[in-house]
Amino acid sequence: MQNAPTTEQVAAGIRRRVFEHAIRNNGGYLSQACSAAEQLAFLYNEALNLGPSTMPMVPPPFAGVPSANNPDYVTGAGYNGPFTPEYDRLFIAPAHYALVAYACLIETGRMAPEGLEMFNKDGSSVEMIGAEHSPGMEVHNGTLGIGLSTAAGLAWGRKRKGEAGNVCVFMSDGEVQEGQTWEAVQAAAHHGIDNLWALMDVNRQQCDGAMDDVMRVGDIATKLRNFGAVVAEIDAHDLTALRQARALPHEGQPLIILAHSSPTKGMDFLMRRFPRLHYVRFKSEEERREMNIAIAAELGIAPIELEDH
Amino acid sequence: MEMVNRPYARAFEQYATQHPEVLCLSADLTSSCEIDGFRDRHPDQFLSMGMAEQNMLSFAGGLGLAGFRPFIHSFGVFLYRRPYDQLMASIAYPRRKVRLMGFLPGITTPGGMTHQAIEDIALMRAIPNMTVLEAGDATEVESIVAEADAVDGPVYCRILRGSVPRLFATPMKIGQIRVLAEGSDVLVVTAGIATEEALRARAALAEAGVSVRHLHLNTHKPFDAAQIVDHAASVRHGVVTLENHLVTGGIGSMVAEALAEAGLPRRLVRLGLQDTYAHGGSRPYLMRYYGLDALSLVRAVEQVAGQQTGITEESLETVRIDAVHSAVKAEAL
Repeated sequence: MQNAPTTEQVAAGIRRRVFEHAIRNNGGYLSQACSAAEQLAFLYNEALNLGPSTMPMVPPPFAGVPSANNPDYVTGAGYNGPFTPEYDRLFIAPAHYALVAYACLIETGRMAPEGLEMFNKDGSSVEMIGAEHSPGMEVHNGTLGIGLSTAAGLAWGRKRKGEAGNVCVFMSDGEVQEGQTWEAVQAAAHHGIDNLWALMDVNRQQCDGAMDDVMRVGDIATKLRNFGAVVAEIDAHDLTALRQARALPHEGQPLIILAHSSPTKGMDFLMRRFPRLHYVRFKSEEERREMNIAIAAELGIAPIELEDH
Repeated sequence: MEMVNRPYARAFEQYATQHPEVLCLSADLTSSCEIDGFRDRHPDQFLSMGMAEQNMLSFAGGLGLAGFRPFIHSFGVFLYRRPYDQLMASIAYPRRKVRLMGFLPGITTPGGMTHQAIEDIALMRAIPNMTVLEAGDATEVESIVAEADAVDGPVYCRILRGSVPRLFATPMKIGQIRVLAEGSDVLVVTAGIATEEALRARAALAEAGVSVRHLHLNTHKPFDAAQIVDHAASVRHGVVTLENHLVTGGIGSMVAEALAEAGLPRRLVRLGLQDTYAHGGSRPYLMRYYGLDALSLVRAVEQVAGQQTGITEESLETVRIDAVHSAVKAEAL
């Protein structure tokens, strides 16, 4: 029996797994692993009160969407533990972080490494954009901005029922461009929903590139405070700071932690692709080989062995 | 004809106070949706969500996940146009037991285009997992609350407010078509406020010797296509649909699909908004202007039956109240 991994080890493992997957599959959501590794590791490994997974280590294949004719339908919530009053719930709002979240499930012993082999394969539940039935996903969040509202509703309901479990949302900063995010914050504040908290990956990147070029959002912290949230701003890669932020009192208000992250943390070689980091696809075999060697060195591992094509 | 004042207000309060898992949500249209009294008397069961429908719908999805059954109140149009994505992702897909109470359906509001839900049935019935209901009188407004709440999944309801006529003596049951007349010349299919118009037209048509078979729908989805086809097969001339909605995607389309899939060749005239927006005005004016009234139905029946009846607007006025009342009694049998 091994000792439980430290949060640092989980974060390092997330970066390694996502990197290996991206190299093997000629691209992937690499920068999300760079920015969010510590955050997801922190949530799964220490911040959240999650029970043991109720789901098989190797994810079952896609078994149909919810319908009256599909009574056996289950979501991916079971990977985050049983849905019972004492445990926390986690919504991963930016569903395109799925690969990073799956890597985190593996690193925390909730999913077998083989699960990642099913990523984005037809007929698999381990979908590229996390669906409600994908491991670790509890609701559909693929359209950005709906996660915090859903979590606020769930949290209000849990509070009404006297349940001890909190509701946490892992968010992306691009979501503050959506009006619904602000509607959600004002509603959570108005209704005093303080069993709700969010951890936002502020990497200042979005699909089209740097957020400042796509749509400037100003000072997110001030805006969130004005809408009624308690806000902490920290370095996303500093676990001590994450712990302190989570401990902030926020009675009667939601807590939102702005985790300022580097989209290339741990893989500085990716800066060559800045600011187009949303999905890193290799432009040539040569670039792939070059990245394999350089980033593997940064991660302290041997380059990934590639099969000949 | 008995007129009932604010039937929804009483029915909802009576029901919700017996069911603590029911929550009452409002987006700043609380008195307009007749839940102001409920808010004042039962504040613990009431959530003010402000003018923020996108959040309200996703939030309601979260309440559903927590085991509550939220009744969302607003004008129908505000429940799906702006927050359509939230309706899909947070409510319909995961089959949350959210009850969307859409007031002021179709042209029952003088608010014009922005306030008139004229394509809601078309959209709602296209959404997988959704149940779609429409109240046609005070009795149905009263019974729709418990009926909707019995559904294992999301429900959209077209609700009538204010002073509402009582046409039916028996409560509505989901999926049960009301057979209001069993004539043999023309089949008339209506729902919502169109049914009252059809009752007026029917009395005049009967006097003129046209035998009408009349069905009232309160359930648009699930839609009982087989029964529609059976009724259509039992009339001599054809079918007329009349709806407070665009003819595209609504009752006219549902009936057309049913006849086509069954391979039943019948003439079909679809009355309703004909690929047009409406504008603001009184309900009688709009029903006349857009051809949703009893006279328009008479003309369509004449067209299908191939005969003139000599019925005029004035003669429809005179049959109004008594005729409607007798039709109700017939239905109650």
